[in-house]
Amino acid sequence: MLEIKNLHARIAEDGTEIIRGLNLTVKAGEVAAIMGPNGSGKSTLSYILSGREDYEVTEGEILYNGENILELEASERAAKGIFLAFQYPVEIPGVATMQFLKVAMNEQRKYRGEDELTTPEFMRRVKEAAAELKIAPEMLRRPLNVGFSGGEKKRAEILQMALLEPKLCVLDETDSGLDIDALKIVADGVNALRSPDRAVIVITHYQRLLDYIVPDTVHVLYKGQVIKSGDKTLAHELEANGYADIIEAAA
Amino acid sequence: MPAVQETIDQVRQIDVDQYKYGFETTIEVEKAPKGLSEDIIRFISAKKSEPEWMLEWRLDAYRRWLTMDEPTWARVNYPKIDFNDIYYYAAPKGTTGPKSLDEVDPELLKVYEKLGIPLKEQEMLAGVQKSKIAVDAVFDSVSVVTTFKEELKKAGVIFMSISEAIREHPDLVKKYLGTVVPTTDNYYATLNSAVFTDGSFVFVPKGVRCPMELSTYFRINEKNTGQFERTLIIAEDNAYVSYLEGCTAPQRDENQLHAAVVELIALDEAEIKYSTVQNWYPGDKHGKGGIYNFVTKRGDCRGKNSKISWTQVETGSAITWKYPSCILRGDGSRGEFYSIAVSNGHQQIDSGTKMIHLGKNTSSRIVSKGIAAGVSENTYRGQVSAHRKAENARNFTQCDSLLIGDKCGAHTVPYIEAKNSTAQFEHEATTSKISEDQLFYCLQRGIPTEAAIALIVNGFVKEVIQELPMEFAVEAQKLIGISLEGSVG
Repeated sequence: MLEIKNLHARIAEDGTEIIRGLNLTVKAGEVAAIMGPNGSGKSTLSYILSGREDYEVTEGEILYNGENILELEASERAAKGIFLAFQYPVEIPGVATMQFLKVAMNEQRKYRGEDELTTPEFMRRVKEAAAELKIAPEMLRRPLNVGFSGGEKKRAEILQMALLEPKLCVLDETDSGLDIDALKIVADGVNALRSPDRAVIVITHYQRLLDYIVPDTVHVLYKGQVIKSGDKTLAHELEANGYADIIEAAA
Repeated sequence: MPAVQETIDQVRQIDVDQYKYGFETTIEVEKAPKGLSEDIIRFISAKKSEPEWMLEWRLDAYRRWLTMDEPTWARVNYPKIDFNDIYYYAAPKGTTGPKSLDEVDPELLKVYEKLGIPLKEQEMLAGVQKSKIAVDAVFDSVSVVTTFKEELKKAGVIFMSISEAIREHPDLVKKYLGTVVPTTDNYYATLNSAVFTDGSFVFVPKGVRCPMELSTYFRINEKNTGQFERTLIIAEDNAYVSYLEGCTAPQRDENQLHAAVVELIALDEAEIKYSTVQNWYPGDKHGKGGIYNFVTKRGDCRGKNSKISWTQVETGSAITWKYPSCILRGDGSRGEFYSIAVSNGHQQIDSGTKMIHLGKNTSSRIVSKGIAAGVSENTYRGQVSAHRKAENARNFTQCDSLLIGDKCGAHTVPYIEAKNSTAQFEHEATTSKISEDQLFYCLQRGIPTEAAIALIVNGFVKEVIQELPMEFAVEAQKLIGISLEGSVG
């Protein structure tokens, strides 16, 4: 589903190179965890995948279902099924969560040449997905992310993911700022979306989230490169011994 | 640059302007000779078969105007206007005043059809239009038709062009005209008093709730012609009326002047709701052409517990100079001002309100949302004052500005003056930018840039949109979206 080949990228504004020859393959149906110390390029990778213009790709390519997506706008990538759950979801004052969902769903449908959802159909889908995530209807009437608690914000992200039905989900530090109950709700939401034609990339600092969303593969990112890949036992190893050994071995 | 953006840009180059009402209509016109003089004023007055007192009133205003200077305090820049290079009267040939619908030139009807203005009563009655709206259609210097007059008459409501009202209800006009905006109020109001051509007259008698929305649609068509609108709305004791005005003009390289005076009078317990969707041609992307919109609008809450509410959505005009105000004279009266002012390209807006508290226990509320994009300048200028005798005056003001891009400006200039110690005035102001984070978040959800900006902006202005009559709220939202097209990227 996703194939990243020798990717090099830098911050557009000051030219700082963040990704330095990254290779990664994620297959359909796979849950891949990306771990690494602070500043290794984890969040940058999620932004580059989703098409944020603050970064410049200088070398390499990103193939998504065989198509090079580097020339596509962020909104086009989204409509083609790439979803990013933000570490810090952004507030949109005055725009009810419900309204935002409707615009997003219909804009994606429009891009794909599908008809807009009818209001009853839209309402049905939202109600169903919101109930799964224990989101109260009242929250859907509030402006998106404005005054939401940390847990509400993350649940709203997963709600959007469930409704937009993406093919490639990137979760950027989704566990940050969550207590254990909220973490379980979010993890259940993600697990419910696991399917043979959908891939999930979980970016995280800690093993904790991976107890609930069990990955098929684990990749260690350091200084903009994947320095080690393995199965879920690699995450436990990291939890026990830290990154130092692996970094040393790779050097 | 990604391929799609390139396509958008190419298409945009073909269709330089996104103004959708910029078409011109070829229609035979009758004009006064160019320029301004007592003879021209006599010409206008004669064309409208006005009584002698009206002519004298105009001439008096003209003589005073000659001694006045153009105001320069607003934060707007434009070359000096040559007032002798303007036509002050232009009317479709053979039209001296409104007729019945079947007598109106079909060419003119086509214009309004193209603009989406419902004039055909039958269609509206047949349920084509969701709710009934009576329309007065003003084309350059004359009103060409007023709909639903008969039905309104049955309810006791007078709705007609001001030219007609001067002939048919001279006593009412004489009693109220110029009592809110005096002839000598300011340079443009005085000019308007001398040369005003048409506008609407509304009279809602005691205890009557006007059975439908009233609206006037102003269209400037003729080249080099100024439009001098005059509107007068009176709501007697316990009366209620909701009124909406809309305006558009063809796309031209020259600037054109629209100098209006609107007076509202609310007697005891009466309420007037006045909404504007202003979409005059704003000029092209290089700042060439566009309407100069220099307008004096004022409401007088003359009676106790009366209420006047102004709601405006300003998206058009090269320059807007406009301060719809309320004089809170009656005890317990209330004034409201809700405004959305959008400036893009080279537009300049200096707009706001005045709330003048004179009576006891008066209250006012101001909510202003300014949105600046392109290289435009957007100023809110507002005054709140409490007179010595205005016990317990209350005001709440909220002024928010939203900037799109980094070449535009937003400014807030509040004047607050309380001469009575019991006054409580609150003022809140914010300025924000659409952040890169917000834009990227929307893009990541599949919402393209322009739709994202429209969404964020509509969230920003929601409080004001809610104040518009339902039928126009959707329209206004769309209009704001269109006005901001091409504001980024």
